[in-house]
Amino acid sequence: MPAASLPLLSGSLTIFVAMLKAIGSLFMKEVRLEWRQRYALSGILLYLGATVFLIYISFVEMKPETWLTLFWIVLLFTAVNAVAKSFIQEHRGRFLYYYSIAHPRWVIVAKLLYNCAVMMVIGIVGVFLYSTMNASPIEQRGYFMAIVILGCISFALSFTMMSAIAAKASQNVALMAILSLPFILPVLLLLIKLSQFALLIHIEIFPWRDLLLLLSLDVIMVALALILFPYLWRD
Amino acid sequence: MSLFWKAWWKILCVVLLLYTILAGFFVPIPELDILHESIRNLFFHVPMWFAMTLMLLVSVIYSIRYLISRNLKDDIVASSSVRVGLLFGIAGLVTGMEWARATWGAWWVNDPKLLGAAVGLLLYLAYFVLRGSMEDLDKRARVAAVTNVMFYAIFIPAIFIVPRLTDSLHPGNGGNPAFSSYDLDNNMRWVFYPAVLAWTLLAGWIMTLVARIQIIHLRLAGGPDIFNAKKKVHAGPADVTA
Repeated sequence: MPAASLPLLSGSLTIFVAMLKAIGSLFMKEVRLEWRQRYALSGILLYLGATVFLIYISFVEMKPETWLTLFWIVLLFTAVNAVAKSFIQEHRGRFLYYYSIAHPRWVIVAKLLYNCAVMMVIGIVGVFLYSTMNASPIEQRGYFMAIVILGCISFALSFTMMSAIAAKASQNVALMAILSLPFILPVLLLLIKLSQFALLIHIEIFPWRDLLLLLSLDVIMVALALILFPYLWRD
Repeated sequence: MSLFWKAWWKILCVVLLLYTILAGFFVPIPELDILHESIRNLFFHVPMWFAMTLMLLVSVIYSIRYLISRNLKDDIVASSSVRVGLLFGIAGLVTGMEWARATWGAWWVNDPKLLGAAVGLLLYLAYFVLRGSMEDLDKRARVAAVTNVMFYAIFIPAIFIVPRLTDSLHPGNGGNPAFSSYDLDNNMRWVFYPAVLAWTLLAGWIMTLVARIQIIHLRLAGGPDIFNAKKKVHAGPADVTA
C-alpha cells in the first residue's frame, strides 16, 4: 500500500508545489503591473484622501456613530473603485494568455490574494487619514484596526467576483456598482455593528456571534469564487 | 380524464385561493392588542415571502443545472423563476407596507426584516440589469447563472440570519403579539397553511407560463435546434478572442 500510494502522493505534492508557484508568480505579476501603472493606485488613494477631506469640511461636529458609519461608507466606495479595476481594466487578450499558462482557479486565487493585500493598504491609509482629519472617538484602537483589516478582506473577497462578472458583461464600472452595493450590505451592517464595540471603554460581551457570521460569509465567498470562476472566464 | 391529471394542481390552486380569500376575511380571529383585524394580513402578506423564497430556490437549482447541462431551457426556467419571485417579493412588500401604515404608522420603518427584503429586491433587479446588458444568449445564460448562485448565497443570510441578530418590530419578535406556538389559534392555522400552499402553487403556475412563452419565442427565433446543447458547435480557439 505505501509503495503504491507514494508516487501518487509525490505526484500530488508536485502538482501542489506547481500550483503554489503559479499562484505566486501570478501574484507577483499583479504587483509588477501595479508598479508600472502607479497612477491607478495613487488615483484610488487620492480619491480616498479627497473624500475624507470633503467629510472634514462638511461636518462641524460628528457623533461617534456617524464617524464610524461615514468611515465605512468611504472605505466601501474606495473598495468598489479599487477592486473594479482588477478585471475591468485589464486587456481582454491578456486573459487568454493567462488561461493558456495557468488554471483559471489559480488566476482567481492570485487575484483574491492581491486584492486583499491592496485593500489592506487602502484600509490602513484610510484609518490614518480619517482619524487625523476628523477627531477619532475610538477607544479600542487594536480591536478597531483588526476589524478594519477584516473588513478590507471581506470587501476584497466579495468584490473580486463582482468585478469578474461586470467585466464579462460590459466592461462597465456602473454595473459593478449596482451589483456590488446590495451584495455587500449584510457584510457592511455586520462591520458597522462590530466596529461600534470599539467605541466602548470596556468590551464586556465580546461579539463572537457577529464575528463568526462575518468570517463564514468570507469563507462562502472564497468557496464560491473557486467553484464558479472556471465557469465564468471562457468567452 | 388525462386533462384532470395534468391540471389537478392548478384546480387545487384555484380552489385553495378561493378558500383563502373567503376564509381569510370571515374566519374568527383572536383579539390581540395592536394587531386587531389587521392580523388577517397573515394570509396574504406572509405567503408572498414563502412563494418568493421558493421561486428563488427553484431558480438557483436551475442555474446550477444550466452550468452543468448548458441547455438554454434551464436558463429560461431560472430567469423566469427570478422574475416571478421578484413579482411576489414586490407583492409582499406592498401588502406589508399598507399593513405597516395601519399598524406602525409609517409606510417604511428601519426594521431588519424590511432591510433583508430591500436587499433581495435590489439584488435581483441588478440581476436583470446584468442580463439586459448582454446580447449573446449562451454568454448571458452563463454569466447570469454564476451571478444567481452568488446572489442566493448572500440573499439567504440577509433574510434569515441577520434579522435574527437584532430585534424586529414584526409580530412575534421582541415581545410583539403574534399568531405563534404560545398563543396558538387553530382557526387561523386552518387558513394559514392552505394559504401558503395556494400562493406557492400560483407562483409555480405563473412561472411555468412565463417560461413556456419564452421557450416558444426562442424556438421561433433560433430554430428547432436551439435547445439541443449537444448538436451546437462550440466556439473554437479562433473565436475565443471575440
